[in-house]
Amino acid sequence: MAVRTQFENSTDIGVFSKLTNAYCLTALASSTNFYSVFESELADVIPIVHTTIGGTRIVGRLTAGNRHGLLVPSTTTDQELQHLRNSLPPSVAIQRIEERLSALGNVIACNDYVALVHPDIDRETEEIIADTLKVEVFRQTVASNVLVGSYCALSNQGGLVHPKTSRSELDELSSLLQVPLVAGTVNRGSEVIGAGLVVNDWCAFTGLDTTATEISVIEATFRLQGQTSAAVINEMRDSLIDHYA
Amino acid sequence: MVAMEYEPDAAGQESYILCADCGTVISSANGAGLCVGCLRNTVDITEGIPKEATLNFCRGCERFLSPPQTWVSAQPESRELLAICLKKIARPLMKVRLIDASFIWTEPHSRRIKIKVTIQKEVLANTVLQQTFELLLVVHTGQCPQCTRLAAKNTWKASVQVRQKVTHKRTFLWLEQLILKHNAHKDTININEKRDGLDFFYSERNNAIKMVEFLAGVVPVRTKASEQLISSDTHSNTSNYKFTYSVEIVPVCKDDLVCLPKNQAKAWGNISPLTICSRVGNTIHLLDPMTLQQTDVTAPVYWRQPFDSLATVTDLVEFIVLDVEPSGPVRGKYVLADAQVTRSSSSSGNNMDEDGMGDDGIYHTRTHLGGILQPGDTVLGYHLTNANFNNDAFESFNQDRLPDVILVKKTYPNRRKKSKPRNWKLRSIAKEAEDVNENSNTVGRGALGRKGGVDQRNVERDYELFLRDLEEDKEMRAAINLYKADQQQQGDQDDDEDGDVGMGETKKSGSGMKGGKRRTGNGNANGGSGMQVDEDMGGDEGEGTDADDEEEEDFPEIDINELLEHFEEMDMDDGEEVQ
Repeated sequence: MAVRTQFENSTDIGVFSKLTNAYCLTALASSTNFYSVFESELADVIPIVHTTIGGTRIVGRLTAGNRHGLLVPSTTTDQELQHLRNSLPPSVAIQRIEERLSALGNVIACNDYVALVHPDIDRETEEIIADTLKVEVFRQTVASNVLVGSYCALSNQGGLVHPKTSRSELDELSSLLQVPLVAGTVNRGSEVIGAGLVVNDWCAFTGLDTTATEISVIEATFRLQGQTSAAVINEMRDSLIDHYA
Repeated sequence: MVAMEYEPDAAGQESYILCADCGTVISSANGAGLCVGCLRNTVDITEGIPKEATLNFCRGCERFLSPPQTWVSAQPESRELLAICLKKIARPLMKVRLIDASFIWTEPHSRRIKIKVTIQKEVLANTVLQQTFELLLVVHTGQCPQCTRLAAKNTWKASVQVRQKVTHKRTFLWLEQLILKHNAHKDTININEKRDGLDFFYSERNNAIKMVEFLAGVVPVRTKASEQLISSDTHSNTSNYKFTYSVEIVPVCKDDLVCLPKNQAKAWGNISPLTICSRVGNTIHLLDPMTLQQTDVTAPVYWRQPFDSLATVTDLVEFIVLDVEPSGPVRGKYVLADAQVTRSSSSSGNNMDEDGMGDDGIYHTRTHLGGILQPGDTVLGYHLTNANFNNDAFESFNQDRLPDVILVKKTYPNRRKKSKPRNWKLRSIAKEAEDVNENSNTVGRGALGRKGGVDQRNVERDYELFLRDLEEDKEMRAAINLYKADQQQQGDQDDDEDGDVGMGETKKSGSGMKGGKRRTGNGNANGGSGMQVDEDMGGDEGEGTDADDEEEEDFPEIDINELLEHFEEMDMDDGEEVQ
């Protein structure tokens, strides 16, 4: 199930929210509309936390996390850390990271098992990521972009990556992640997938500009409507054959 | 169409996505995430470019307005018209790349011009979109400023009125040649002959001012500017004027006899008051033939205390030189000499008592022409003994010191009688074609003789005198352009007496100089007296012929090298300059 929403007239909702299988973070907005959208979908299942990180609202870009843990940058205040600790389930480990590339959401893309990270990230950070999130870490790029977190969205079911990712790169990435990957766009042609889309294993939120076609690609990729990825790929293959016949 | 770069795919290098709008599979290379159709639906690169504009067209002259204020004649579907049309959307077109533009045919009566314009523009990143649109131009008919003026019979904006209050036209004939040489009439839209002068008309004030300055540079003038308000707009604070420049040329001409007021003569180097005008440039050169003393009178000085000429060229009479004896002083080309002369016409010889008041008809005088006079030569001079002037300055001149005769210039009457055509001719500003319709007898005489009629004989005579002056004065010739006469044409002209510079003219009017009739008036001749001179002359013709055989060896032939070729070609553009 994919839901369209916007944050104060911005369609880049991935900047202002972080969604995992165990919790959801949203930025503090002037109204609670944004929060309410998440609440209506997730209220009874996982905790939704209003928070800031280092006093900013770009919580989605500054943090990285999955079911096992949450990584926050060094700019996070103790108060915020305390608030998060209080709000999140005890099973989720929270770790503050001293990392030069402090926008952790941009440099880390992960699901519950695997994480792709920026090639220049610290070795120590890489270890912390592996320990806290309990994932295998791979230094990777997506379509020649080092900001892997910005240009892809991953769940345990599948992943959507930058539209210019070539087929060979898709094959390589999906063999690392062990999930099917699809190149695509969100927000009507935008290639910053991470900014336009937040997704977990059973629901997704996208920017308000996202078209029906993009929604259908997202739902197929992340298997949000019981559709198998094989079906999507078959459909794509059929249309490709039609198109280039 | 999107101009897409074609990259030959290495295996697996291509990537495909679904178009965000329509879901068709597209290559992701275009960066927009949209297929071409959807991209075009989304982005309009013609945004900001007007699809409709107006074109101003003058019904009178069938020209289009090319902004800001040029009017250009352009054929339908011509390059020029396309340029004018595209100019209408020039500013918005700066932001895109113009690929193609062409006309779409429309019915001319529809007053609509349609143009198909193809443009390219980069949208998003690395995506160049090309689009074609139609530009509709509505032709608004109206009048251009020129046609408006023409319709309002208000064709000129500035005029220059050149006047010289003398009885002859030689100054204007001279001016015409100067104007032609310096191409000063370039911007003139019309020239009208008026009594005592000419009117030049201009469409711009600057051109008129230029003309006035030109005139002030070549002749001594007095200028007065005036303006007439045609219309004014209080809102825009602009007004529309007609400017008129009145230019009066000093009425003293070359070879005129001048008697200066005493105080003035004293002030100008204590020159003798009785002088002749030796040359008129942009100042008047006065020469005392008795002492060779000279003085220059500039135009402002002249107009402070204007003086008139005592006698003019028409009052000159012929004398025969009996003896010349240089008396020493030399100044430039002038050599002071004592001369003995007698009246040359035989009729005056018969009436010696009447003419010479009892003496033998031989006059002793001093002259500045000692350098060129030989005994037996014919010379023109003022016969003061017989003259009766009505002039205050002359009255106060000491009559005891008054010479009998003042010689002015040497003349060549025998040579003139030879029917030898001139080997040169002059250009003319005049539109001779007009004259032919008016009066078949009219001879083109430049801007001056065009009226013909009563004045025509005067004009003929003046023109002949002018041509002689040119022949005899090298300095004058140097200031203007002379052209080789076409020999073939010359022969034709001799046959049918309409010739421009034919010798036939000379027979009729050329020896008018000899002037059997001596005018005793105050020098204010009119057209009538000019004719009388010619009639008198007719009687003299028989007696004069006995001298025909003599050849005057010092006759001033014009060197063929002084003459310019291509008379006809240069004449061609006269018609085009008048709009």
